[in-house]
Amino acid sequence: MTRKQRRGVLIGTCLVVLGVAVGLVLYAMRDSIVFFYSPSDIAKMEIAPGQRIRLGGLVETGSVKRDLGTTVHFAVTDGAKTMPVTYTGVLPDLFREGQGVVTEGALTPDGMFEADSVLAKHDENYMPPEVAAKLKEQGLWQEGEPAGASGGVITQ
Amino acid sequence: MIAETGHYALILALGVAIVQMVLPILGTRLNDPRLAAVSIPAAQAQFLLICIAFGALTAAYVTSDFSVLNVWQNSHSAKPMLYKISGVWGNHEGSMVLWVLILALFGAAVATFGSNLPRQLQANVLAVQGSIAVAFLLFIVIASNPFLRVNPAPFDGQGLNPVLQDPALAFHPPFLYAGYVGFSMAFSFAVAALIDGRIDAAWARWVRPWTLAAWMCLTLGIAMGSWWAYYELGWGGFWFWDPVENASFMPWLAGTALLHSALVMEKRDALKVWTVLLAIITFSLSLMGTFLVRSGVLTSVHAFAVDPERGVFILGIMAVFIGGSFALFAWRAPLLSQGGLFAPISREGSLVLNNLLLTVACAAVFVGTLYPLALESITGEKISVGAPFFNMTFVPLVVPLLIAVPFGPLLAWKRGDLLAAAQRLTAAAVICLVTIIAVLAVNRSGPWLAPLGIGLGLWLICGAATELATRSKLFDVSWSETWRRLRNLPRASYGTALAHAGVGVMVIGLVSTTAWRIERIEALAPGGKVDIAGYELVFQGVEERQGPNYRELAGQFAVTRGGAPVTTLTPSKRAFAVEKSATTEAGIHNSWRGDLYVVLGDPLKDGAYSVRVYFNPMVRLIWIGALIMFFGGGVSLSDRRLRVGAPKRAKARRVAVAAVSK
Repeated sequence: MTRKQRRGVLIGTCLVVLGVAVGLVLYAMRDSIVFFYSPSDIAKMEIAPGQRIRLGGLVETGSVKRDLGTTVHFAVTDGAKTMPVTYTGVLPDLFREGQGVVTEGALTPDGMFEADSVLAKHDENYMPPEVAAKLKEQGLWQEGEPAGASGGVITQ
Repeated sequence: MIAETGHYALILALGVAIVQMVLPILGTRLNDPRLAAVSIPAAQAQFLLICIAFGALTAAYVTSDFSVLNVWQNSHSAKPMLYKISGVWGNHEGSMVLWVLILALFGAAVATFGSNLPRQLQANVLAVQGSIAVAFLLFIVIASNPFLRVNPAPFDGQGLNPVLQDPALAFHPPFLYAGYVGFSMAFSFAVAALIDGRIDAAWARWVRPWTLAAWMCLTLGIAMGSWWAYYELGWGGFWFWDPVENASFMPWLAGTALLHSALVMEKRDALKVWTVLLAIITFSLSLMGTFLVRSGVLTSVHAFAVDPERGVFILGIMAVFIGGSFALFAWRAPLLSQGGLFAPISREGSLVLNNLLLTVACAAVFVGTLYPLALESITGEKISVGAPFFNMTFVPLVVPLLIAVPFGPLLAWKRGDLLAAAQRLTAAAVICLVTIIAVLAVNRSGPWLAPLGIGLGLWLICGAATELATRSKLFDVSWSETWRRLRNLPRASYGTALAHAGVGVMVIGLVSTTAWRIERIEALAPGGKVDIAGYELVFQGVEERQGPNYRELAGQFAVTRGGAPVTTLTPSKRAFAVEKSATTEAGIHNSWRGDLYVVLGDPLKDGAYSVRVYFNPMVRLIWIGALIMFFGGGVSLSDRRLRVGAPKRAKARRVAVAAVSK
């Protein structure tokens, strides 16, 4: 093999691998990214049922109801709008009414939100930053409250 | 008094670090070897001073001195001793002190054991190392002082986040930092080479052991972290592609590439510019990890306190070091002599492929980790990039790499024979095929790719064995001759084989857990039963228990298999009064077949509880694989230490090795 050919092989391989990688990233970007919304966003935005999204806000006080099995119903609110959520499974330790929560799942055709994971942080005063930002927009929460200020742990 | 001593030692260390940064550079510029030699005692003194500071902070924690703000915020007198000590690095300020301690340790090691380095290189390396220390010591002294006092001293502390009170997590940060920060060595060598404008094969020989040691620590640190997440966070997963996990994983990927490219440079005097660049990239990724964890830009399992001022400070440090080193690279790299090109099918060629795939995979992780941050700061849209993205990008890039791994060590330097290598691997390929078919025949459940994944893991293990068999001429010569050859193989060969086999073991664990995991969520009243993977669990009720600094509600589960009692699992929910927090402790029964994993959920009506039960097949292999990789690194390191200690003997030795491997 001449020097030129060797260089060609090297550059060719690099280009192929890079091309494949860029293709994979672009493809995955389109299909596997999950957007974060508040209940008000969802009311505004016409999100197709079945599309994976994250829904965040406060667990509405008095909304948590359990079925006979392990299914839980609760509502996530941002003050303006409220979204009913169902979740089957074990809730995180610090899931409380009136506390911040982030859930991931999809809307059902009848306008409910079916979550397959619920995140709450291991801290009394915790508020996920996404939720805090949304609540700030709604004027429900002010800077200076201890929300999210200390290092904690999310469980799912 | 002790706290003030520690604070004073930190400030002194900063002063010494400034000396260590300035004088050696001046010395090499002015051609004054005495000035340059100051770097050695300076590095040692800096290490001692930071030891004193770290010791002082530890003493404050051990004696529960709550007049120190940091101790008050992160400790409590009722905490077990182990967690009082690990509390030192369980918070932002203390972990920064650990960070610089490890940085200084590596610097002191180069100063003390680097007597065989060229004087100028050693001085420059220590100067660069000193400059990193200056930046981070300044950061600690100005923005993260762990020795601040509170007056009056509170009666008792606020406690450490309960999920951090765990043996694996006590040792996770030190190893992780030893890895992260250890890569600063490669960075310092790279920048020193750029300052010199000179680089040769010896450079790689000096850099490799440091990089390998850092890589070993990082491997172990990441594995410990994932093990902890597995049993402590209570949802049975071991890797979440969480941004902060990625922040430690990216330096690992780049560091793995660096280990391999340094090999090409050492043996063949090629890929020099690339190796230098990779060294810079690896440490830059480590710095970025430090930034991501501490700036509060991420919501994560591991993120420290949110403080924008600190974030900006670390961002500044990052900008200086990453920007500066890349600028230096652009300016000086053309001075470095180029190595020759080589045949695509050769050991070098295979290592280039390794580098290509590892760096591209690392880039994919980078995009997935930073894209949400970039998007949010530009458009304000909030997204999360989770496991699906990484499974779709990272996995397809790494699988070809893993398929190629067994070929690499079987190819000769300069010009390899792919066909001969393939022939040698025939036995390995047959074993894998048979296994794949057997797995398919026995287990029809799960994704169809899973048996292929098991085959891939086995392929790596058999490939590693093939390499040793080939080198010892197994079956070609008498048994005693093979035995003699095996004994005389350089340890580095064993290291390579072990590390590659470790990856294989890990792949088997990852694939079987991901593909064949069983999950059950049930509402169980006392007396209720769950059947899972051949086990029968009977819920016997809950009891309240008192721990050293928590109260817990423990469920009792009698586990039987085919009627024979196996064990009793007691998953619990712990409530920590001081920290006002709760944790979930999973009940885990380990076996080679897999882990039975039980989590106690919320109380339901009529004394029932929601209970989550998993069966994770062969999940242990993930961490055992990481341990094997760690030991492989250690075996390889024990070989190289000889060569680094005596470069002359090394030459003779290498000739001998070359003769053996022919």
